[in-house]
Amino acid sequence: MKVAISAVQPKFEGELERRFGRCAYFVLVDAETREWESLSNPAVEARGGAGTQAAQFLADQGVQTVISGDFGPNAYAALETAGISMYKAQGGRVNEALEALLAERLECVASATSPKRHRGGGRGFGRG
Amino acid sequence: MIIAVASGKGGTGKTTVATSLALAISESSPVILDCDVEAPNAHLFLKPQFDQRQQVSMPIPKVDENRCTGCGRCAEVCQFHAIVVVAGKVLVFPELCHGCGSCGLNCPEEAILEVSRPLGVLEAGTAMVGIRFSHGVLNIGEPMAVPVIRQLKHWKPFPNGEVVIRDAPPGTSCPVVESIRGADFVLLVAEPTPFGLHDLRLAAQLTRDLDLSAGVVVNRDGIGDAGVDETCRQEGLPILMRIPFDRRIGEAIAQGRTLVESFPEYIPRFRELYTRILSLTGKRQKATL
Repeated sequence: MKVAISAVQPKFEGELERRFGRCAYFVLVDAETREWESLSNPAVEARGGAGTQAAQFLADQGVQTVISGDFGPNAYAALETAGISMYKAQGGRVNEALEALLAERLECVASATSPKRHRGGGRGFGRG
Repeated sequence: MIIAVASGKGGTGKTTVATSLALAISESSPVILDCDVEAPNAHLFLKPQFDQRQQVSMPIPKVDENRCTGCGRCAEVCQFHAIVVVAGKVLVFPELCHGCGSCGLNCPEEAILEVSRPLGVLEAGTAMVGIRFSHGVLNIGEPMAVPVIRQLKHWKPFPNGEVVIRDAPPGTSCPVVESIRGADFVLLVAEPTPFGLHDLRLAAQLTRDLDLSAGVVVNRDGIGDAGVDETCRQEGLPILMRIPFDRRIGEAIAQGRTLVESFPEYIPRFRELYTRILSLTGKRQKATL
C-alpha cells in the first residue's frame, strides 16, 4: 500500500502538515517496506484549485491512501473519485501518523472536513 | 469620461462619493455603474426603477463520456485546476473554472462541450433626477465576480453617456482591477487613519501599475492622524476634496439618503471636484505614490 502524508519538511521523521492542498511536501511511504520518498507539492503556491491539483498529483503517483489534517470539498471529491482513502491526523510526525494508520488508530474521512475556500478576495474591513 | 471610485479599505465612503458626485453633475446625464457585484448598495441611495435585465454566465466544460478516453490532457492544460482526471474519470469543478476554453481546444477526442453556468444578473434603470443606473448582482455563494463586472462594463442599456461613474468594490484584488481598468481617472476615497493610509498606498500603487491618473478624497476628515495628508503631499497625489467627520452625515447615510440630498451645500463642492478631475485628466498627471 502506497501512503501519502502531507508534511512540513521532506523527511519521514518530520512534522505532519495539517493542510492537504497547501502542504509543502508529500512523504510517500510503502507501508510494507517503510521505504519512503518526499515530493514537493506542486500545488503549494497555486492561485486557486490547490486541493484539486494536489489530488491529481497524488492520483498520478499511484497513491492509495492519504493522511492529512483536513480535506476540503474539492480535494475530497477528487480523492474519492480516484479511489484514494483519506485519513485524518491531528498532528505529530509523519512516521507516527503512518504507525497510527497501521494500528487502525486514525479516523477514516467520509466527507470533507474543512469548508470551501476561495482565492483571497482582499475585501476591506469595516464596510459601512 | 470614465471616473472610477475605489478605496482599498472598505467602508471609507466610495458609494457616498460616487452617488453624490453623480447627483451633483446630473445635468451631464451621468451613467453610474455599481461594480461591487458581491455587495451592491448604490441602488439603496439612488433608488432606480430597474426595467432592463441581462443574465451573466460563463462557459464551462461538459465531458462527453462516450468520446472521452481519460487521457488527462484537459487536466494538464487547465491553469486553474478545475478539471481532474483520476481513475479514468473526468471531474469538473465549476467554481474553479475561469471559462478560458483551453480544455476543449486541447482535447484530442473533441469530447469537451461547453455549457453555460449562470453567475449573476445585470440590472439597469433610471434613478432619481434622471440618473442612469446599472449594477451587477453576483449569485449568492458565487466566487467569480470578474466576468460579471466585465459584462457590466460592456453592457449598453443606455445611449452613451458623457460621464460614466464606476463604484468599485473595496480591496485591490481582481474585481477592483477589472472595475478601474479603462477608467480615465480613479478617485481614491481614504480615511485618515493608519489602516486607511495602509490601504490607500495599496490602491494608489494599483492605479500606478495600471497607468491610471488618480486623486484622493479624504473622508471622515478630522479623525485619525496626518499620515494620509503627509503621504499624499510627499508622493504628489492630489487631495481633491475633504468631507469632515460629522455624525449627521453618518445618520443621513444610515437612513439611505445621499450626502448631497441631506446637505445641499455639498453640491457645489462635488461640482468643483468634477471640474478638478476634468482639468487633471486634461494634463494626464499620474499618481506617484
